[in-house]
Amino acid sequence: MSQLVLRDVRKSYGDLDVIKGVDLDIAKGDFCVFVGPSGCGKSTLLRMISGLEKITSGTISIEGRVVNDLPAADRGLAMVFQSYALYPHMSVRQNLSFGLENMRLPKAEIDAKIDQVAKMLQIEQLLDRKPKALSGGQRQRVAIGRAVVREPTVFLFDEPLSNLDAELRVDMRGEIASLHRRLGNTMIYVTHDQVEAMTMADKIAVLRLGEVEQFGAPLEIYNNPCNIFVAGFIGSPRMNFVEGRVDSIADGTLTVLTTTDERITMAADRFDTNVGEGVTVGIRPNHMSVTDLATADFKVNVRDTEQLGGESFVYGKTGQGAAITVHLSGQTRFEPGSEIGAKLDSEHIHLFATGTGLSLRKGAV
Amino acid sequence: MANVISFLTRTRGIGKLHWTDWLTYGYLFLGVLLMFLPVIWLGLSSFKTEAELERFPPRIIPMQQETIIVEGYDEPLPLYEIVSGEFEGETLAQIRRVGLVAQMIRPDNPDERLKVDINDRQAIEKFALATENYSELFDRFNFFKFFWNSVFITSVATMIMLTVNSMAAFALSKYQFTGRMVVLGLVIGTLMIPQTVVLVPLFLITKELNMADSLWGVIIPGAATPTGVFLLRQYMLTIPDEILDAARMDKASEWKIFWRIIVPLSAPAIAVLAILAIMWRWNDFLWPLIVLSSNDNFTLQLALNSFQGEMNTQWSNLLAMTMLVLLPIACVFVFLQKYIATGIASTGGK
Repeated sequence: MSQLVLRDVRKSYGDLDVIKGVDLDIAKGDFCVFVGPSGCGKSTLLRMISGLEKITSGTISIEGRVVNDLPAADRGLAMVFQSYALYPHMSVRQNLSFGLENMRLPKAEIDAKIDQVAKMLQIEQLLDRKPKALSGGQRQRVAIGRAVVREPTVFLFDEPLSNLDAELRVDMRGEIASLHRRLGNTMIYVTHDQVEAMTMADKIAVLRLGEVEQFGAPLEIYNNPCNIFVAGFIGSPRMNFVEGRVDSIADGTLTVLTTTDERITMAADRFDTNVGEGVTVGIRPNHMSVTDLATADFKVNVRDTEQLGGESFVYGKTGQGAAITVHLSGQTRFEPGSEIGAKLDSEHIHLFATGTGLSLRKGAV
Repeated sequence: MANVISFLTRTRGIGKLHWTDWLTYGYLFLGVLLMFLPVIWLGLSSFKTEAELERFPPRIIPMQQETIIVEGYDEPLPLYEIVSGEFEGETLAQIRRVGLVAQMIRPDNPDERLKVDINDRQAIEKFALATENYSELFDRFNFFKFFWNSVFITSVATMIMLTVNSMAAFALSKYQFTGRMVVLGLVIGTLMIPQTVVLVPLFLITKELNMADSLWGVIIPGAATPTGVFLLRQYMLTIPDEILDAARMDKASEWKIFWRIIVPLSAPAIAVLAILAIMWRWNDFLWPLIVLSSNDNFTLQLALNSFQGEMNTQWSNLLAMTMLVLLPIACVFVFLQKYIATGIASTGGK
């Protein structure tokens, strides 16, 4: 049964529509990530779920109960904020106990819960410090502790790792994931970082301009993006796109003629398209290889290479001027300025309609 | 201590004084003189007798004529040294003075009356503090009553003002409601109306509410000040909204958010306003003068004023009381001045 259900949820400020009708079903125990570029409304959507932001229309229900008019405090949710939002004048212990005191729990019970959470998050020795005496990672733990101690039904995280340095971010990512495994609560996590989304989520909702573009498991979204936006947003480095037109469909082979008169062939039965239709060919950097110019699908002018030792990236441009990234395992000897041939792994080619950007894969919605 | 001395006596020139040392120390000394001379003069004068105060040319140090108690006379008699004439070199006590001739006696021989030209004698004076200036305030005037009135008005008015202003500032800084800017504009707009213009209508309202000649009539009309609202609002704007959201998620009522989150976090600004309010209220003169009419309700400032009569002024008591009125406010300032500096720096207020 879905624990959190959003039906046609909208939000507008005057004439400006920020959230344009969102439908989501989030199952109990799921780790759901809202991901999207900045300004896509993901934080607003989270605040609407939390009750801090009023919704203009639609319904939000938690465990079968419509909570549209329920104040934030009574929805049984806990939120971890981007800036941590710890109470600066209270010690860590007071920060943790503030919510419990407001719920009028007995003192002994509050102390027991705080000790338990402090032990779990390893912040026991920090309990008497003020937030300003903590490092970024410690503040993050306290902020998470403040949410955990209230034993909410759903956790909301609003870009909680964006203020941490890269190394700490990886650590905290792991800790939040293991926290989820341990507690088994539903968690909703907002981020603009698709790596966080891919590594942590059970379900990802990709948002753009106040709409959910695609909602599904991380690999499902990665393998079968429903449109060109999702394809470009999920996956790092991002997918390469080459503009073209369907040239022929014959003998089970579909041929795309690119705008620079190069031919790319693939199995026709995977796609739902017609001859003459304008398409964008999408291919991930790790599904490409480098060959002789003669057998290549298209030519790439090398602009730069990045050698990571075990793997390397080649950055270049097609004849159309589109940026192309090729991922190669091992090391490479290509010089900037040289021309190489790119061969596509036809199994992994994506096709998108040029106008609408929708995926042309058979069975795609 | 050695640090303090070495700090205070630092110079730019090494071993000798650079010309900038002369300039800065001269300038600082002038400043100290300008600031402290009136206060020092007030302090010394408050210990002078009435006669000493009227003396011309005035003296800085309070002096009194020496007196002696002579058998047969109720009052102590003033002592004079005779500098010329018949009794030159003797020390005589004066009984009375008639025109240019003083009737004097020898203290050890009170029965023989001597006539001395007043130009031949010189008063014997010594350094003495006329503490009766102060003790009279408590004996003859009801100083404690006035003091209590002032303290009551200052403390109650300050507390009411802080509460009202901080609540208004909270609403104006943290809630989105239609007309918010209009309300803020009105509040700030009242700064442009001089107090003297509203004095009469304000008095009429106070009178209608039966608050004339009562301490509440002084307290209530000044409960909300636009400066205070604005000062606190500007400070509260700097408190992140996310903290308030976090408190809301923590099931805190708006009332609790105000008392447990907003007030503690605005403490520096509230401290500044408290100091300003205490000073305003303590030194306030015009409004209490208008509202309060019976002697029992007078504040210290009004009591000070009442020493100054149409015909004569009791300078000795007036100066002593001025000293006492200054002391509490000086103490407040000494102990809280660091908050003023830090608070004003962080609020960007005046």
